[in-house]
Amino acid sequence: MADLTSDFIGIKSPNPFWLASAPPTDKEYNVRRAFEAGWGGVVWKTLGAEGLPVVNVNGPRYGAIYGADRRLLGLNNIELITDRDLYTNLEEIKRVKADYPDRAMIVSIMVPCEEEAWKAILPLVEDTGADGIELNFGCPHGMSERGMGAAVGQVPEYIEMVTRWCKQYYSKPVIVKLTPNITDIRKPAEAAKRGGADAVSLINTINSITSVNLDTMSPEPSIDGKGSHGGYCGPAVKPIAMSMVSEIARNAETHGLPISGIGGITTWRDAAEFMALGAGNVQVCTAAMTYGFKIVSEMISGLSQYLDEKGMSLDDLVGRAVPNVTDWQYLNLNYVTKARISQDDCIKCGRCYAACEDTSHQAISMSEDRVFEVIDAECVACNLCVNVCPVEGCITMEELAAGAMDERTGNVVSPDYANWTTHPNNPGAIKAAE
Amino acid sequence: MTNSPFTPGIAPARLPEEALARNFTDLHAPLDGHEALVAADRCYFCHDAPCITACPTDIDIPLFIRQIATGTPEAAAETIFDQNILGGMCARVCPTETLCEEACVREAAEGKPVEIGRLQRFATDTVMAKGVHPFERAPATGKTVAVVGAGPAGLACAHRLAMHGHSVTIFDARPKPGGLNEYGIASYKSVDNFAQAEVDWLLKIGGIEIKYGTALNGDVTMAALQADFDAVFLGMGLGGVNALRAEGETRDGVTDAVEFIADLRQADDLSTLPVGRNVVVIGGGMTAIDAAVQSKLLGAENVTVLYRRGRDAMPASAYEQDLAASKGVRFIFNAMPLEVLGNGAATALRCEYTKVEGRSVQGTGETFDIPADQVLKAIGQTLDGAPDGLKLDGGKIAVTGAGRTSLSGVWAGGDCASGGEDLTVTAVAEGRDAAEDIHMQISKA
Ligand SMILES: Cc1cc2nc3c(=O)[nH]c(=O)nc-3n(C[C@H](O)[C@H](O)[C@H](O)COP(=O)(O)OP(=O)(O)OC[C@H]3O[C@@H](n4cnc5c(N)ncnc54)[C@H](O)[C@@H]3O)c2cc1C
Ligand SMILES: Cc1cc2nc3c(=O)[nH]c(=O)nc-3n(C[C@H](O)[C@H](O)[C@H](O)COP(=O)(O)O)c2cc1C
Ligand code: SF4
Ligand code: SF4
Ligand code: SF4
Repeated sequence: MADLTSDFIGIKSPNPFWLASAPPTDKEYNVRRAFEAGWGGVVWKTLGAEGLPVVNVNGPRYGAIYGADRRLLGLNNIELITDRDLYTNLEEIKRVKADYPDRAMIVSIMVPCEEEAWKAILPLVEDTGADGIELNFGCPHGMSERGMGAAVGQVPEYIEMVTRWCKQYYSKPVIVKLTPNITDIRKPAEAAKRGGADAVSLINTINSITSVNLDTMSPEPSIDGKGSHGGYCGPAVKPIAMSMVSEIARNAETHGLPISGIGGITTWRDAAEFMALGAGNVQVCTAAMTYGFKIVSEMISGLSQYLDEKGMSLDDLVGRAVPNVTDWQYLNLNYVTKARISQDDCIKCGRCYAACEDTSHQAISMSEDRVFEVIDAECVACNLCVNVCPVEGCITMEELAAGAMDERTGNVVSPDYANWTTHPNNPGAIKAAE
Repeated sequence: MTNSPFTPGIAPARLPEEALARNFTDLHAPLDGHEALVAADRCYFCHDAPCITACPTDIDIPLFIRQIATGTPEAAAETIFDQNILGGMCARVCPTETLCEEACVREAAEGKPVEIGRLQRFATDTVMAKGVHPFERAPATGKTVAVVGAGPAGLACAHRLAMHGHSVTIFDARPKPGGLNEYGIASYKSVDNFAQAEVDWLLKIGGIEIKYGTALNGDVTMAALQADFDAVFLGMGLGGVNALRAEGETRDGVTDAVEFIADLRQADDLSTLPVGRNVVVIGGGMTAIDAAVQSKLLGAENVTVLYRRGRDAMPASAYEQDLAASKGVRFIFNAMPLEVLGNGAATALRCEYTKVEGRSVQGTGETFDIPADQVLKAIGQTLDGAPDGLKLDGGKIAVTGAGRTSLSGVWAGGDCASGGEDLTVTAVAEGRDAAEDIHMQISKA
């Protein structure tokens, strides 16, 4: 059993799996049960300023999209920050932290973009004994209409300014949670770093409308016939979140800035992928909301088995794939592959044929008796057939060895690496020194 | 009633009414909305799908399943009915394990095909429950066609012709329409009087009149039909049965399985139906299986299917054999009947083991007796009452192309015609195709 003990910006937890700030962490009852189930830490549901708490809608607040068998692939919500009294939350945080000293307790905060507001709340949070704070600059609905959440997260100057206040009035680590509703994720990350953030966490939810009721013409979830865009999360957002994490990890300005990875993490494998792309730990929301707290058991056993099998420590894993994330222009154009169909595995559904014939390169032949074969002279190795084949491992991409003939181009495969920057078709190609 | 499975002889009410009711409910419960979505999600939407090729009526299966998956079972039903107007019955009775589902790529992939039959039922039931008929009749053409037999072949033919605007008169010898859908199919495949409901729904197309109790060669003649109509379609099925050629065949308790099943299908109260304590069914096809299973479900203590060849040669599919075995039916292979023993009524069947060499089946000389107070013969149906002057082929009406017989202006399809398996879905396909051919011919003139 690999050691999963995690030290993220000095905050220790028995494993790198934290619950993200959201309904699972909204109150003492939940968080105690989460810790009992084995979660390494929690980011408490976002607190607002002292005074009357925000109110939520009283109708449905979630919408969903499904895969086969109603498997939940994407969730969207129009929930706001905690709708419970600030002091109730603070007392609960203090009590739970005292009872679970080995778990990470982070407090998420969102107050107006004024120094006084932050100056007022930070000492109260400090007093709970929590291990750090997370600044919610991500909530894309409701709170952003009031100049908070994503409205701050979309303006790098505000991020820098607020982060600086927090570092000034709070002694423990400050994590800045980023919104993905922005063109270039590196900009807010750089701003957070300039403001002195100890880490960034991402992603918060993505602006979304999950469905429209075609009878009532209301977006879902529908509140009295009207809908508002919500925040999208769950498995469907994972690819977007991972790309953003990797951008920050490999950006020269932010390289080395600790990252807490969030977005669609459902299994140990998802978690490992985020960590390989540079996340020091991960946070989970939708998966817990879908299956309950127990999923952490699988995450723990799975990650541990993987690390054991690879003979890696948790630290070894973090960022291990980052050097392999590169720009398109540096991809090796002399790497030539061809699709190969295993006739033993093929169930003759013909999907590869339909896909290639109708929408790609007419590189798969179909015989009278439904034998499907790749025509090397046409196959550009696009991978579409692999992606649409319902049988895992039935179609594979096989590399042509150097010296072999690529029947499509008529060229012999070169052993040398060569990319677009030096390609003869590139008008801006760097000429090799003569 | 105090009868039980152990009551000697042939007796009714061997099981309490609740048990009978339970035994004769749907063999496969219908899918509910969620189950249908889950089942539909499994379809890969294959290119040039092999399941379509395997369906005798060429239903566009991937399309109708996708229509179910996207919440439009009504459109799915139309896709089905377009090719097979008895898609509701076929969904219940098709041996899908040897047709569409056998060809499904997921059968190859994991031994679990997409549940095409049950999905087909889901779609067709949805539309039929609403009572809507999805097709409209073309303007009347003034042409008339006589159809003999209101079974699947005749009904499919009549519907297609009516759709094209022709006027159809169906003649059927029996008092009810449906053919074997009404009189032959096992009860648990077609519950709640589905056969009649389906015919009522089908007739909504208009332009079809059915004359019941009117037999060709009895009440009407071929010559009259040819004279009075622009075309004639024969879909009369196989009315005769083969003889057993065993001694004692006339003893009480020896009946045709088809007749036994027809009585069962027509019974208003299953507890009035007599069944033997020891039932022996002779034969190896669908009829044998159905008769055996239903005898068991009526409460017979011992039911044995006696088949003269080996298991591999049995026409009933492995699935059907398993179904029978699961209900407690016993199989004896490689044995044939010699004599029905008994004094007036049957008490036992004397059998002889067989040796199969190529197509020939010979007795080995070794015999055995099994108790039998009821012997059901399921050894094949034969063409009965075909009009004179028609060329036959292997005991059936010879046809070429889309059901053309040797007489001009006369078509045939379904069980009575040569070619194709004797299945409901095949009868539908042949009736439909003959209708298109008839339409082409009579529209020319
Ligand atoms: C017991 C049994 C179980 C079966 N189970 C299945 C099953 O589960 N699945 C499956 O696919 N197939 C099954 N079959 C086969 C299927 O029922 C037939 O293939 C199908 O019904 C053939 O349709 P048809 O229209 O050709 O003939 P039929 O259904 O036999 O209809 C013929 C019609 O013609 C009428 N008729 C006959 N002679 C005359 C005449 N001289 N004048 C006027 N009318 C006449 C009859 O009254 C009848 O209505 C089964 C058959 C039997 C016997
Ligand atoms: C119902 C709901 C409420 C949320 N509330 C908050 C919140 O108060 N503060 C916050 O920082 N993020 C909030 N989030 C965002 C999650 O913390 C997380 O960033 C996002 O859901 C992506 O992770 P996931 O794909 O694992 O769910 C909320 C998400 C959901 C579904
Ligand atoms: S998609 Fe895969 S299984 Fe289907 S025909 Fe192509 S190779 Fe075979
Ligand atoms: S008609 Fe019968 S064979 Fe054809 S698809 Fe339907 S169930 Fe399958
Ligand atoms: S073969 Fe099976 S998976 Fe393919 S289209 Fe037909 S039902 Fe669907």
